[in-house]
Amino acid sequence: MIHRSDISQAIGFLLLGACIAFALFFLGTILYFILVRGAPAISWEFLTSEPRRAMTQGGVAPAIVGTFYLTVGAVFFSLPLGLACAIYLCEYSPKTVLVNIIRLSINNLAGVPSIVFGLFGFAVFVKAFGFGVSILSGSLTLGIMALPGIISASQEAILAVPQSHKEASLALGATHWQTIAKVILPSAFPGILTGVILNIGRVAGETAPILFTAATFYTRGYPDSVFSEVMALPYHIYALMTEGTRPEIQTQIAYGCSLILLGLVLAISALAIVLRERQRRIHGS
Amino acid sequence: MDRDVKISARNVNFYYGKTQALKDISIDIFQKKVTALIGPSGCGKSTFIRLLNRMNDLIPGARVEGRILMDGADINHPKTDVVSLRRKVGMVFQNPNPFPKSIFDNLAYGLRIGGVRDRGFIERKVVDSLKKAALYEDVKDRLHDSALMLSGGQQQRLCIARCLVVEPEVILFDEPAASLDPISTRKIEELVLELKEEYTIVIVTHNMQQAARVSDYTAFMYLGRLIEYGDTERIFTVPREKMTEEYLSGRFG
Repeated sequence: MIHRSDISQAIGFLLLGACIAFALFFLGTILYFILVRGAPAISWEFLTSEPRRAMTQGGVAPAIVGTFYLTVGAVFFSLPLGLACAIYLCEYSPKTVLVNIIRLSINNLAGVPSIVFGLFGFAVFVKAFGFGVSILSGSLTLGIMALPGIISASQEAILAVPQSHKEASLALGATHWQTIAKVILPSAFPGILTGVILNIGRVAGETAPILFTAATFYTRGYPDSVFSEVMALPYHIYALMTEGTRPEIQTQIAYGCSLILLGLVLAISALAIVLRERQRRIHGS
Repeated sequence: MDRDVKISARNVNFYYGKTQALKDISIDIFQKKVTALIGPSGCGKSTFIRLLNRMNDLIPGARVEGRILMDGADINHPKTDVVSLRRKVGMVFQNPNPFPKSIFDNLAYGLRIGGVRDRGFIERKVVDSLKKAALYEDVKDRLHDSALMLSGGQQQRLCIARCLVVEPEVILFDEPAASLDPISTRKIEELVLELKEEYTIVIVTHNMQQAARVSDYTAFMYLGRLIEYGDTERIFTVPREKMTEEYLSGRFG
């Protein structure tokens, strides 16, 4: 005998399954499209040599290196700052209106359009601080853009540490700081790490924040200091598609760059997962 | 010197914001004896022992009045160092709360935060404390495995061992067996009886039989007041207060 509830359950599952299939379809299509269009451009030369003949030949190695520097720089600035903010907000801040406004502001910062971050970076780092169009300015801008996400993820990770662990530590005569450093942060570390890497992965592919602060269409050779301007993959794609004289060849190279960028971001996410799982095993939870 | 007073509370009131949780509590807790606090849920017994190591400091808006003296010194005095107070007054919580670290690191924690660096000393203290907590035989081959791999009862004994490492003078037990099975509960009770040779023990419990089995003195609390306090045997056989008698005979609570 078939009950009405069985039928409605079957319909429910079917609808949910259809939604998932729909979402996966687009993800699959994007990956397939980029792979098919991009793969022919990829070669050892493409990955390791500099562009030649106004971008129509040679490789994109300086752009890969540039994106790497910008990403590492962004982590360097945003991790300590974001972690410190999260610790302060979770552990030290008094419960006042001002602190609530700070929390709200951080959440809103996450919604600021990336081009606005770019303009801010240009006004402050490039001009006011005089860092010029450089790796330093670009890293700082990307770092600030990653900051709200890193703060939120770190806060969540810190608040997920059971109160009972904190009490156990304090009851043994640990100071508040010892409790944070030796009990709370080690437990929260996998979550913090995941948050940092995912947010960095997100900003690594951004074009707008580095448009005025770090990126350039072409450099001779590789950057030699933090004050050098750099080529970067996202901007390189933009440049290939909007400038130059050989659109059909440039478009192919742009797909190649897209594939590398996509691979890079996915690799960063995979790294986050591996590190998190390893930490979980060590901490046995 | 059978009945030295270790902790003495005088006219203690305690408030969570505007709610008064403890009303005019005065009690003497004797050295190297087991004192049980019994009473129905919400009577303030847990709140009271959390005053003895100032764990209630963590609660925003909490306020204490009256005096609590340990060895004659006021533990709420502004000059009292809360860190050294908590090293003298250890605590075992209701739910076992080992850190997500190895068994060894759980025990070494209390020493390391106290600035002990001598590895040999740490190892000796860890083994000693595990033996005292009757856990050493269970875990001696896997000291570096995660403490979370242990059973609930073993985890609770680990928490007791962790508390012993820093050589407290007083140990507070906040319903230590509430989440454990009968066999583990029995082991914890046996341990409490052994530990009173060396430590002053205050135990909060829901379980009246447990109070009768392990304690020398029993305090009955109700709605934030201390109703009756005395020798456990006397309280359980000839309670003076009608309310105590009703609670012990299971008429409420």
